[in-house]
Amino acid sequence: MKVQRVLALTKKEMMKTIREPAVLFMIFLFPIVFVFAFGASLGGFGGSQTATYQVGVVNLDLGGSQHWSQVFTNNLSNMTILKVNVYTDNQTAQSDLSQGKIQAVILIPASFSDSITSYNTAPNHPSQWVNTTVPLYLDKGSLVATQAIPPIFQQVLGGMLNQNQQTTQSPIQLQTASLVEVKQSSALDFIAPGMFTFASIFLIMMVAQSFTQDRENGMMKRIRISPTTPTEFMASQVISYMGIALIQATLVFAMTYAMGFKPAVGVPAYVFAFILVLVFSVSNVGFGLITASIAKSSSAATGLSFLFVLPQLFLGTFVGASLSGDAQIAGKFVPSYYVTDALTSVFLRGAPLGSVTILVDLAVVSVSCVAILAIGIVLYAKYYKI
Amino acid sequence: MEESAIIIENLTKKFEDKTAVEDLSLQVSKGELFGLLGPNGAGKTTAINILCGLIKPTSGTAKIYGYDVQKDAQKVKELIGVCIQETAIYPYLTGVENLALFGNLYAMNKKTIKERSNMLLTKMGLTEDAKRITAKYSGGMKRRLSLALALIHDPQIAFLDEPTVAMDPQSRHAVWDFIKEQKTKGKTIILTTHYMEEAEELCDRIGIIDHGKLIALGTPKELIAKNQVKNLEEVFIQLTGRNMREEL
Repeated sequence: MKVQRVLALTKKEMMKTIREPAVLFMIFLFPIVFVFAFGASLGGFGGSQTATYQVGVVNLDLGGSQHWSQVFTNNLSNMTILKVNVYTDNQTAQSDLSQGKIQAVILIPASFSDSITSYNTAPNHPSQWVNTTVPLYLDKGSLVATQAIPPIFQQVLGGMLNQNQQTTQSPIQLQTASLVEVKQSSALDFIAPGMFTFASIFLIMMVAQSFTQDRENGMMKRIRISPTTPTEFMASQVISYMGIALIQATLVFAMTYAMGFKPAVGVPAYVFAFILVLVFSVSNVGFGLITASIAKSSSAATGLSFLFVLPQLFLGTFVGASLSGDAQIAGKFVPSYYVTDALTSVFLRGAPLGSVTILVDLAVVSVSCVAILAIGIVLYAKYYKI
Repeated sequence: MEESAIIIENLTKKFEDKTAVEDLSLQVSKGELFGLLGPNGAGKTTAINILCGLIKPTSGTAKIYGYDVQKDAQKVKELIGVCIQETAIYPYLTGVENLALFGNLYAMNKKTIKERSNMLLTKMGLTEDAKRITAKYSGGMKRRLSLALALIHDPQIAFLDEPTVAMDPQSRHAVWDFIKEQKTKGKTIILTTHYMEEAEELCDRIGIIDHGKLIALGTPKELIAKNQVKNLEEVFIQLTGRNMREEL
């Protein structure tokens, strides 16, 4: 493999990105505009603004003097990010939720206090706990609510049980909840990890268009006539789009940072995030190649690329949490889900880079990305020689 | 035999039920300017694509400088330069950037790329526009740059597939002069064209191909004399028929 050829083709691809207005917009300006518009509508600038969520609490606790459910309600009320409305019956709360007056309803079950009491009595003996499930109803139409509210409830519950973030066993299970640190978090904080993933997904369209255009105008033929090997050509494409993904991630990060996304994590976490986005971009090159294999023209490639863009977008980024349970399960079959999950874990949950969740996410992303790229190369080579 | 730059033996290419090239055998000497003529769809481009290693023949062999175009494809690619039928240039690069890119693909050093680029841009009359984005070039300028790209690495053999299409007379004559100059340097050139006067002016020998078969071979004078006509165009029409064959 001649590095000279790879570098020349890489440089050519980067020049295209800079000089073609449509490409420039889709790859760089679109994510910036998107982050700006989305971020401004959610968190504003400077990071000083925090969102406030209207939540309803229905207390059905029968245990003892309902001491723990009162503590829980008070703790929720003390969260500046929440405005708590206490309901005496679930029906009224659900009615308000359906009318959009509140964004979530939490139902404190009858065994709530008993459950916490049992935990406090024997914190190291799960078999002696009174297990209970706390149902949480969310406004499905509120993207932010589905992302932000469950972690807040989970944090308050964890605080009552004196649990840290890494504790996995608890007598109280919150439906749809995840362990997230939410102190003074803005809505943007919950959306930002998905934005990193979001921006890179549109590389699929760019790759598909690039390959089909080069095929249409004879450039692919010209490259094939030269001594450039398929390996050199593909290496240049992967390097180019990884570079573009890196620039995208930097721009998105700069934009979100300027708008107030400042997670309390160290440099290694940021390095990890960028590496993960780079690895993820490989799958987008693969999906782009698959699209180019199917598409007969560049205009067809644009449309067909959405077959891969939309599932990645809706099932794997921040949009996913507002979808149905089935759709969320389906999200586990797209690489973007694991990228967003890992970034969320690192930035919001403060999960260590060596934690099981992060390693599993990284492994899934890496393996799937290589597999998708391989499938893309094989398909493209089968139908159109590289 | 050793002086042959290209040896084609019993070359056949079938696309499903259509035979594009049928049992083609041909030798082209080193330094020869060989014209491959034929109506649209006759099989000229298919034959050239096989020689360039772009498509595999159904049967038969083709060798360039002794290298089999299939088995030694990499070596063959280093020896040949191809001006393809499409005006294939990167529209978002300047003329000089396009040349530099392909110079790098042929692993040329910077100095040689610069020298060759300057020479080719001058010969093609593109010096003033060398640093303009090629998307803004006229059709003729694009064709001339396309020819320059094919020759950036100073190949031993050049395949020029209709190189003067869409050029004005001045540009066409400039390209003819350049092609003649390449011949004087000992380069082997395979030229396909629809301009009979171009073939008559430039080619040492001409092969006329129709329905995938080589139906005539000889110098322009030999073909004219043999068919008892006034010029090559009449030879062409006499041998390939008068019916229009443009595929809609």
